[in-house]
Amino acid sequence: MIQMKRTLLKGILYGTTLAIARGLKKNTEAIKQAGNIDCVAQIMLKDGSIARHYVFKGGRMVDTRGSVYDGEAQVNLVFQDVDTALGFLSLKPDYHTIVHDAKNFKAAVLGDSELCVWFMHLMNMIASGTQKMGTTMPDGCTRLTTNTNGGPMFVYVKDNKIVRMTPIDFDDSDAESWTIKARGKTFTPLRQGVINPHAQGLKSTVYSDKRILYPMKRVDFDPNGERNPQNRGKSGYERISWEEATDIVANEIKRQRKVHGPGSIAMAFGSHHQWGNVGYYLSALLRFGNLIGFTRVVPNPDSWEGWYWGAMHHFGNSMRVGIPGHYGLVEDCLKEAEMIVFWSSDPESTNGYASGLEGTQRRFWAKELGIDFVHIDPNLNATAQLYGGRWIPVKPGTDPALAIAIMNVWVNEDLYDKDYVEGRTTGFDEWKAYLLGEEDGVPKTPEWQEKETGVQAHVVRALARAWGKKKTYLAAGGLGTGFGGACRNATGSQWARNMILMMAMQGWGKPGVNFGNLQAGTPLDHYFYFPGYAEGGISGELNFTACAVNNYQRMPHVLTMNPVKQMIPRQRLADAIVNGKASGYIWDGSSAEAQFAEFQYPMPGYSPVHMIYRYGSSSFGTIANSDRWVDMYRHDSLECVVNQSIWLEGEAEFADIILPACTSFERYDISDWGNSGGYIHHNTDQLNHRTVVFQHKCIEPLGESKSDYDIFTAVLNKLGLGAMFTEGCSELDWCKRVFESSDLPNYVSWKKFIKKGYHVIPPAPENLRTPAYFRWFAEDRFKDVPEPMPLPSQWSDIAGKGLQTPSGKIEFVSTTIQRNDPNNPERPALNRYVPSWEGTQTTELYDKYPLQLLTSHSRYTFHTYGDGKDSTLNDIPDHRVCIDGYYYWVLRMNPIDARARGLQHHDLVRVHNGRGSVVCAVDVSPLMAPGTLKSWESCAEVDLFEDPRFGRVDRGGSLNLLTPERPQVKNTEGMGSNSCLVEVEKWSYANEELVRA
Amino acid sequence: MKKWNLIIDVAKCENCHNCTLATKDEHDGNSFPGYAAEQPRHGADWVKIERKVRGEGTMVEANYQVTMCNHCDDAPCVKAGDGSVKKRDDGIVIIDPDKARGRKDLVDVCPHKAIWWNEELQLPQIWIFDAHLLDQGWKQPRCAQSCPTKAIEAVKILDSEMSALVEKENLRVQNPEFGTKPRVYYKNLHLMDTEFLGGCVLYDNNGTTDCVEDAKVTLLKDGNSIATTATDFFGDFKFDGLAADSGEYTIEVSHPTQGQAAITATFSQSRYINDILLQV
Repeated sequence: MIQMKRTLLKGILYGTTLAIARGLKKNTEAIKQAGNIDCVAQIMLKDGSIARHYVFKGGRMVDTRGSVYDGEAQVNLVFQDVDTALGFLSLKPDYHTIVHDAKNFKAAVLGDSELCVWFMHLMNMIASGTQKMGTTMPDGCTRLTTNTNGGPMFVYVKDNKIVRMTPIDFDDSDAESWTIKARGKTFTPLRQGVINPHAQGLKSTVYSDKRILYPMKRVDFDPNGERNPQNRGKSGYERISWEEATDIVANEIKRQRKVHGPGSIAMAFGSHHQWGNVGYYLSALLRFGNLIGFTRVVPNPDSWEGWYWGAMHHFGNSMRVGIPGHYGLVEDCLKEAEMIVFWSSDPESTNGYASGLEGTQRRFWAKELGIDFVHIDPNLNATAQLYGGRWIPVKPGTDPALAIAIMNVWVNEDLYDKDYVEGRTTGFDEWKAYLLGEEDGVPKTPEWQEKETGVQAHVVRALARAWGKKKTYLAAGGLGTGFGGACRNATGSQWARNMILMMAMQGWGKPGVNFGNLQAGTPLDHYFYFPGYAEGGISGELNFTACAVNNYQRMPHVLTMNPVKQMIPRQRLADAIVNGKASGYIWDGSSAEAQFAEFQYPMPGYSPVHMIYRYGSSSFGTIANSDRWVDMYRHDSLECVVNQSIWLEGEAEFADIILPACTSFERYDISDWGNSGGYIHHNTDQLNHRTVVFQHKCIEPLGESKSDYDIFTAVLNKLGLGAMFTEGCSELDWCKRVFESSDLPNYVSWKKFIKKGYHVIPPAPENLRTPAYFRWFAEDRFKDVPEPMPLPSQWSDIAGKGLQTPSGKIEFVSTTIQRNDPNNPERPALNRYVPSWEGTQTTELYDKYPLQLLTSHSRYTFHTYGDGKDSTLNDIPDHRVCIDGYYYWVLRMNPIDARARGLQHHDLVRVHNGRGSVVCAVDVSPLMAPGTLKSWESCAEVDLFEDPRFGRVDRGGSLNLLTPERPQVKNTEGMGSNSCLVEVEKWSYANEELVRA
Repeated sequence: MKKWNLIIDVAKCENCHNCTLATKDEHDGNSFPGYAAEQPRHGADWVKIERKVRGEGTMVEANYQVTMCNHCDDAPCVKAGDGSVKKRDDGIVIIDPDKARGRKDLVDVCPHKAIWWNEELQLPQIWIFDAHLLDQGWKQPRCAQSCPTKAIEAVKILDSEMSALVEKENLRVQNPEFGTKPRVYYKNLHLMDTEFLGGCVLYDNNGTTDCVEDAKVTLLKDGNSIATTATDFFGDFKFDGLAADSGEYTIEVSHPTQGQAAITATFSQSRYINDILLQV
């Protein structure tokens, strides 16, 4: 037997010779990969008893022999024994086995890292043969596919150029659509993947004059001499080679290790700069980070804030970061609901999450059925504009007072679900006493809230009565089930807590009574497995991604581990660098309790940070009071800043070394539309058709740019870690491994999938649709929706019944707060109204800065994705306005406030407070309530200059330069950037020439 | 002969701009000989969206109208073009990207202001209905394909069928008084070119003010009732489709138990009278 295997191995090694020879003649990808490399590669058993080496010269194989190379081969694939070798060399390798063998030293890749990676890629290409991708169109274009933050798209390519990008119209061979029957009508969705504007503008961001086309070094940065950190953001750049750039970066990583030790390198990144499972921050970046060791900059739950730090303590759901789930709610809402209250909920702008404009048609169905809409928001937002319904403008940050007054009416007029409150909740008597003023002598009536919220008492009563009588869906936040909006201000956690308490009073889970705005909860197949990005892609990171849950078993790959335990809260990174210390609270979905433990930077045993490796999009537009970032970048202690970026924008211009990455259209990737993995479990239920997409490499990377994966590989090759990083795989090979790890091969072959480029997963059969969310709880039954939490230990009674709370019920007075943070006046266990720490009641500040500025999630871009970059999105007048050739960020203002300041529509204004100044173009209309301003967070541009009158001014539009960094509630890390007082005045350029600041 | 028409529903447009972006995506960097030369990245608004904000207080609306070349049947640009502008048999107007070079005069000929001057190429340009794609078998132009609400729809039908559709669906064209016979039609165009009169009806409920639901509201002009409606649970009502600056109106409100009221208001543009208090 062993002899047979030995013969087989020899045969394979010889066969490989023939395959290489043929591949280098016919396989164009392989020929390109071979380049003009000179190298000797050999494959051998450890004892040398079987070996073959291959000699390459100028990219051609010039010699091969069945023996150990007489000299030093640059590439050595060494196997412990014959079985191991046969496993690796199989055309259909069993990754469970070969990853095991690799981890246990039964296989080794020895030699020159770069050449080893080169050789393994070449072997994979030859083994794969020529793969046909895309569809040929009548005009000679090849129609490829891609997936984006704004939905999947067809990409028409001709002569290595993207001609056009369109939404995907599903054809007859794609799976059928679902149907919902409600009140005598039948609804079925449009046969198209409906995309966002930021997706439709993407081609222009590929061919953008902001693209970085070659590696660059700051002119006054000398890695071996004077580094001039004080000039970051001011001095210019010079072009350098990839060789020089990767040398500087790799050498600096080594120097940091030697001089400072573990922890001195921090990695900072934005969340959503591209879409994919391979080239993503939780995937390739984490794998890279773990291999170099880094201080983790931990994100705060920036779109969930008030739900995580507040609402969760009343009903659990830590797995969902404190927001409710959504199963079955599109059908329930259409069949049962009589009213939808949109509270700080603008799904037409924010689209729930990463799901295009898929929800829009469903809301039109609700209108067709006569369901009433009400919109509580300081802005008559895009959703209110499209569908109509009563607009109730509320002063920012006062929403909890409005909610409390509505509940007061319910108690006074007997308009709540007493049975539900009695059976499914705890602590109501105490809450009722607060509402009625029995606790503090102040009944929380509609009149009580009027001065605070600006909403007239009769409007509150009318809403409360309608709500108490009609079966009502509460759309809280953009997703309807939480997310974004009012949870991101000073009173955000009070608001989110009240949302839960209101639903508890109305019988949450009964037919027609639930959270939602038809954005989530379509009857799709959420049992089909395809990993979302939270599952960590190729990272091998088992602790800080959800990799260990499914991905690690489904796609065996070598685990990676970051030995540095030190962490910095993302909102405190600048403080950590400038002040040398910072503290924070962690975002951890495993329990309601994890958030109470404070952590400190620096952590004993680790070096403070002296190098930042920055990847992806800019933070100036997304971090509160980001003016601090300028001081951070110029701080002496920061010895090196690397920025790996596609565009020269925002933070990229504060780097010492800039590494040019390409867009996702210039590399391969694979993904499930809208699938974020655990962050929003079964987020794909926002779609009308679940669609898995092969992200073709549509064109070659522009200029000298490379994929993030290839950049990481190049740097790691210089640290001898390239083979470890790649596992011998190119991005395309990883895509195939992801494909094979999923349920997709049960539906379509790899060959057909990469040709057509997408596959629509059929919806759940009608008799297997998941029941409406929380119905089981309302009816006190065993849980019947596919959420893997509470964890087994977290059921207070028998497993499967009740909630994650200590009582197992919805708690009007929170036990977890009572137990763990009992004396925090900003987060009392009983959710008393505490006015905003930056609002109309902070009179000294309010007198000076009397306008309340909201910086919502953006409508036309996906955070910084699509903004700036010379994108066509800049031409949207509701996004930017071009005045004298410069594109200014838009600030919305009521005519009353404009008149008081002598402002006309599209005047340039300086928005300012004690934290800084930003220049915007003002949009004057009654769509804004008086006293409030609205713009978007997530500006990609920051364009700082010295104004002789006002000091440092940004005209790029990064309004987060002005927002408070204070946590929304003491003892939390929740951002409260929507509580921001400013003043606005007309602005024009000073006479002096602009000087960068 | 079936011809192309575009039907745009103002009530379904949400200002997402997929239509303007799709059009830029098609023409930015792409030249289609015989149809259109490429457009520059910025400024070329062949398709654009106009905003009309109506109302005040808490009764406010923003409505959006997509506009582009109307592909008129009696197009002044075709007449003035001396052969550089052609009307195709399928109704589409094409400004020839070669023959029309230097013809800045054509820009002023269009009363709809739908011709855009490409300074760099010295070329008048329009939205070409994506004729180059339709000729390859596409079913819709890009602006319609990308529209999430299908507020934009292209139909290729007989002129007689289109006339019937105009009648049935109450479609209108932009500025019919120009006499150019546009092929771009609008639904719900009143949202752009008329005004509304709204209000909120209240009563004194034993010392507290409350909204009146189901009050009967009548709108009178010169003493004649021209419309009636009822209030919703917020006490709100709205009369739409009034001409701007149309003078004095009277509103009469009555509720069987909560009283009545009458007010007279001068009307210039959309209004919301938020404190109509009923007297018993």
